[in-house]
Formats: sequence, structure tokens, C-alpha cells
Amino acid sequence: MSEKETGAAYSAYVLGLADDALIYSHRLGEWLTWAPALEEDMALANVSLDLIGQARSLLTHVGSLDGTGRSEDDLAYLRDERDFRNVHLVEQRRGDFGQEMARMLWFSAYQKALYAALADSADEQLRAIAAKAHKEVRYHHDHAAQWVVRLGDGTQESHERMQAALTWVAPFVDELFDDSGAAVAAAVTAGVGALPSSLRSPAQASVEAVVAEATLTMPATPKWHSRGGREGVHSEPLGFLLAEMQYLPRSVPGARW
Amino acid sequence: MTMMATATDVLEAVRAIPDPEIPVITIEGLGILRECRLDEAAGVVHVVITPTYSGCPAMRAIEDQIARVCRAHGLRAVVTSQLSPAWTTDWISPDAREALRRFGIAPPGPADADAGAGERAPRPVSVMIGGGRHTVACPRCGSEATSVISQFGSTACKALRRCDSCGDPFDEFKAL
Repeated sequence: MSEKETGAAYSAYVLGLADDALIYSHRLGEWLTWAPALEEDMALANVSLDLIGQARSLLTHVGSLDGTGRSEDDLAYLRDERDFRNVHLVEQRRGDFGQEMARMLWFSAYQKALYAALADSADEQLRAIAAKAHKEVRYHHDHAAQWVVRLGDGTQESHERMQAALTWVAPFVDELFDDSGAAVAAAVTAGVGALPSSLRSPAQASVEAVVAEATLTMPATPKWHSRGGREGVHSEPLGFLLAEMQYLPRSVPGARW
Repeated sequence: MTMMATATDVLEAVRAIPDPEIPVITIEGLGILRECRLDEAAGVVHVVITPTYSGCPAMRAIEDQIARVCRAHGLRAVVTSQLSPAWTTDWISPDAREALRRFGIAPPGPADADAGAGERAPRPVSVMIGGGRHTVACPRCGSEATSVISQFGSTACKALRRCDSCGDPFDEFKAL
């Protein structure tokens, strides 16, 4: 395969990483004015901003890899639900604050392992994006960890709700570490991507350490788990999220602000 | 002669551009100006900058400001954003650190020693919100008895702290 063909083959893998960051940044942005304290509004908005930044770099890279020349805005605003490649975890509706911290704990643990692994990527641009992003997601993970510990090792109610939050998030975890799909295979073959299952052990270890410190327990293996996000098969909330996120550029094509 | 003066002037002017969010420090002092070179024949100033955080909204304002400064010298700016090597707070100059402190922002500690930064060995999770793994002196009274209110402050690059001695809240430039 030529370099161009290889790039096109693994662009779908990079798109998955980009969409995870983009969709989760949107969900976190929804917390503004709803977080339990003003400082937390700012914290969640800051995490969201980091993720938007990562998504912008990754989407721009996708546009050059896949040969379509699409811009970051084309990719963010002009694709339909079935063209998004994010996992179900990040598209789920905003729950209570404990659920958000459980989701952020897992997602940041995953991203931390992912971006560390991409330090060895054969794709120079992806390597640069990952090196920068890795520094940022360490702060995200730290933030989620602090809250999980505070809530888990807090009052009886906060403990119970944090435990319930870990149970809520559990069915969405496996999908992060799923190796199936042509995009992963192409990226791993090209020496560009990290095999998702190889990220499980470091990510799980950091989640387990936090859960233990928080006097919580890891939930039992869930009876079902989400799948299909990387192939564009999504759960109901994504369509609603996109309707809101894409409304302006679709209603007023070419609008600039 | 005129051309020489222009060359020195424009490069000085670009280096002296203030950070839009923390105007007491320059983009050079912040360490995000990676290269600044004048191509006299083409009338172009080539500037390479690196973002502090991936989503830092100030980057656009900085690019616009570079273009304005060059235009004022009758030159065109070509601004390139470079991700690698990733920016670190270790690149902030000693002068800029002192300017930050005088402005009321605690300068960052060494990037390696900071919260969340070490991947070398697993370590216990701090039970305190914001950790407290490093000492940060209050920029107002100098006391080292300070605590974290939030790791995420008014901008991506700052944490919010409180001085336990003088009681004032203050920003800390987070080590990255």
C-alpha cells in the first residue's frame, strides 16, 4: 500500500479517538451552571476545553489522512449520527455528579493509557497530539480521582451514590478496550495505533486504586455491555446531542463567528 | 540602514507581544514563541508558536496580534502552530515567573514534581481534593501554608488556591 492508502485505511481509527474527545467535551460542556459549585463549573468546562482542543487537532488530522480534505468543522458538524465513531460511554446523557465522576475516572484512565501508548506511534502528527494531550488528561484523571475518593469516603449517601455510579458506568467500559473492527486492525498493522485491549490493564489498575482508596468496591461484571460505537451504531442520546451541537452550522451553512 | 532597523524592531515587537490573558508576561517569556525569523527579501516574518493547552482559546488572539504587529512594520506574518515538542511550564523564563508572582499568580513548580505528572511509579491516591503534593507560596504574603481550592481555575493553565495565613485566594500557574 502507498503511504496515502495506508493513511486512508487507519483514518477511521483516528476518527474514533477524535469523536470520543468531541462528544465527551460536549457532554461536559452541558454541566455549565449545573455543577454543585462554581469551581466545579469551571473545572468541568476546562476539561471540556482540553478535549475540544484534542478533538480539533485529531479531526484536522483525519481530514488530511482520509484524502477528503474535510476541515475539522466539516467533520464535527456535517456528519450524521451513523458516521460518528465514538464509544457509547461518552454519548450517555448527563446523570448526577457522581455518575459524571465515574465516567470521567474511566475515560481519563483510558485516555491516559492511550496517549502514553501513542508516544510510539509511527504517525508523527498523532504522536505530537498525543504527547500534548497526555499532559492534560493526567489532570482530568486526578480531578475525577479526588472526587470519587471524597464522595466514596464521605457520607453514607454520597458513598451509596458513588457506588451506584460505578455500577452505572460499568456496562460501557468494555467497549473502550475492544479490538474488533477494521479500523483498529489497519492502525495496529501500520504501527500507528495502540491495541485497545493492551490499554485495559494500566487503565483498570488506576481505576481500581482510586476505588479502593474511596472505600468503594469494583462492581460485579455487568450482564450486558455496549458495543457498536466504532462502527457507527449508537444509542439514542447521540442523535439528540448532535441535533443540538450541529444546529447552527446546519441551519446557517457557512456561518462564521 | 532602515531595513536593518526594521528587522530588529519587528522581531523585538513580536517577542514583546503580551499574553492576552496574562498581560504582564510576553509570549517569549511564556515560552510559546519557538521561532521568529525575518525573510527580508519576501517581506515576511516567519513565526512558530506552540500552544500551552490543546484547546487554549488565547492562541487565536496571539496569532492575530502577531499579524497586527508585523503589518504595522509593513510586513506579512506567516504563523505556524507546532505541537511537538509539547510546551511545558519549565520553558517559562525566570523574569516571567517573577512577573507572574508580582501580578498575584504563583509561578509553576517543576513540571515533573507536580500533581498528576509522574507516571514512573504507582503511588497512593491523595485523599485531599487537589492533592497538596507540592509547596506553593502565596504570591501576596509569601506564606507556604496554602491549599488547593480547585485544580482548574479561571483559565486552562491555572489552578485556584487559598492562602491559609493571609486568607486571600490566588491563582497558581499549573505545572505542565
